[in-house]
Amino acid sequence: MKTTYRGAVHDAIADAMRADARVVLLGEDVGRYGGTYAVSKGMLEEFGSERIRDTPISELGFVGIGIGAALGGLRPIVEVMTVNFSLLALDQIVNTAAALRHMSNGQFSVPVVIRMATGAGRQLAAQHSHSLENWYAHVPGITVLAPATVADAYGMLRTALTNPDPVVIFEHVGLYNLSADPDELVATDISRAVLRRNGNDATVIAYGGCVPKALDAAEELAAGGIECDVIDLRVLRPLDDTTILESVRRTHRVVVVDEAWRTGSLAAEISSRIVEGAFYELDAPIARVCTMEVPIPYAKHLEDAALPQSDKIVAAVRGLFGDAQ
Amino acid sequence: MTDETLARALLTDMIRIRRMEEKCAEMYSAGKIRGFLHLYVGEEAVAAGSLRVLGSEDAVIATYREHAHALLRGIPMTKIMAEMFGKQEGCSGGRGGSMHLFDADRRFYGGNAIVAAGMPLAAGLAFADKQLKRDRISACYFGEGATAEGAFHESMNMAELWQLPVLFCCENNRYAMGTSIDRELSQVDLIAKAESYRVPAASADGMDVIACHDVMAQAVDHIRTQGGPFFVEFRTYRFRPHSMFDPELYRDKAEVAQWREHDPIQAFTDRCLADALLTEADVATIEQAVAAEVAEAVDYAEAGTLESVDTLTRNVMTVSS
Repeated sequence: MKTTYRGAVHDAIADAMRADARVVLLGEDVGRYGGTYAVSKGMLEEFGSERIRDTPISELGFVGIGIGAALGGLRPIVEVMTVNFSLLALDQIVNTAAALRHMSNGQFSVPVVIRMATGAGRQLAAQHSHSLENWYAHVPGITVLAPATVADAYGMLRTALTNPDPVVIFEHVGLYNLSADPDELVATDISRAVLRRNGNDATVIAYGGCVPKALDAAEELAAGGIECDVIDLRVLRPLDDTTILESVRRTHRVVVVDEAWRTGSLAAEISSRIVEGAFYELDAPIARVCTMEVPIPYAKHLEDAALPQSDKIVAAVRGLFGDAQ
Repeated sequence: MTDETLARALLTDMIRIRRMEEKCAEMYSAGKIRGFLHLYVGEEAVAAGSLRVLGSEDAVIATYREHAHALLRGIPMTKIMAEMFGKQEGCSGGRGGSMHLFDADRRFYGGNAIVAAGMPLAAGLAFADKQLKRDRISACYFGEGATAEGAFHESMNMAELWQLPVLFCCENNRYAMGTSIDRELSQVDLIAKAESYRVPAASADGMDVIACHDVMAQAVDHIRTQGGPFFVEFRTYRFRPHSMFDPELYRDKAEVAQWREHDPIQAFTDRCLADALLTEADVATIEQAVAAEVAEAVDYAEAGTLESVDTLTRNVMTVSS
């Protein structure tokens, strides 16, 4: 059954809506337009305008309505066009959704799922291309997911919809056309990182749109005799320290890949946890491959140069062995 | 107004709020209550007149100046006071404090301390009710300062567009913290603002508890019979500073004194006495009962216990990781 990442997200939403009348989809142009990234194409016809709700361009308002609707007994999926636009809704996500359960002493939970596109690579420049997953992963009270495969695009969303608390899902724009041929699409775990490739020489840690780049790099490194573990984080909050540390204790060398800017990044957090948990296991300083500290530029060659790429990952891994780059 | 039972209830509610708030100020000065404390003194007629019109199935969403709403929604004064004392017997387990009173059983959704943030929440609750075909209202209280926030405009727009059963209750006390309405809003006619979104709207004298009651009844009736949102403006005034930290440099004492002449409790008491609905003895009886309730609340809060720090991180998520 050949399907794309886009199709898998579509199927996850549609299957959830068929299974549970409380599931609704809210967002800009999710209905008649079919979704900015065509994820919800055809859903309006099947589910109607009450459940596939086109919203005005009011991110704060409709994300807040999704949160209120979750409190009121629905299972809303709120689509935000990009992570950049989600900043307009940050107040509702951080100050309300994430905090409500705690400040009400457990009386109110908010089972809302907020999906948004993230990342660069499509020449959309500095207001549509950023990776701000770490902003959300900083906040207690929410679960943050970054599916990087077709199976997870389906499976993590299905599981997120059974979660009693807020879940934020980042879909990298570079992954929507990713194609795979899974036997069947099923709900998948939303608490663990997984090894996408095994190798005992070094650990490459990545998430979202950087996972395919890390796998490409590992392929090239293997040809040169360096075998890498490639960890797909999948879950950005809470981080799966166990899987990370188990790998590091075996390989003793680590590169953390992160499409966010290096300063204050998840890559920084992960490096810190490795130092705390496995410092004496390291045979080389931890290396990071992050986006250059610049708002994402439009011109293709500049955008490419700003982002983590597989050749930079290859160089970083080789650098762990003291090789000249 | 000729209903003696209603008169007694309204006066009792207002006195309960006033005496509770005065005690809160006293407890703040005594160091028993900390953090920010926003008192409702002067605005009692709004909560007292309006909240009783709602049913137990309806939802109430309030602001950080919400002690009165919590109390009249039915949260015991003991639980409210214990919350402000930071005790685990409080209505939010001591995790919320003055600005974050909650009660799921009474559909009281806080206690929101981000100005206007309760409005999308209320619209969302109403969205769920409409979607699930439940005949309930979500009443959202906020100040006129909130009408300058994007969340106000976005919520009004979507509530009308989608005909959501939200009751927007604007407590216009003329000041956004220390900024007077004419210095914060280009359009001070709040009804015009509501109508610009085609949301039906009505205004009432927020110092007159009967007027507050009647306008709320009109609004609730409209939503229950016509569907869609309604906007009510209660024109009121805050007698005390914005919070306990406010030195009140922005308004004249004379202005406050002038408004105090329209004290909602005094005005309503006078009216009840003049209309022979209540006697001086009745009023004294109410005061006596309220004094006992307030004393009991303080005793309860004092006797309350502090949560162990061992459970500090609970209730962040439903299932802790």
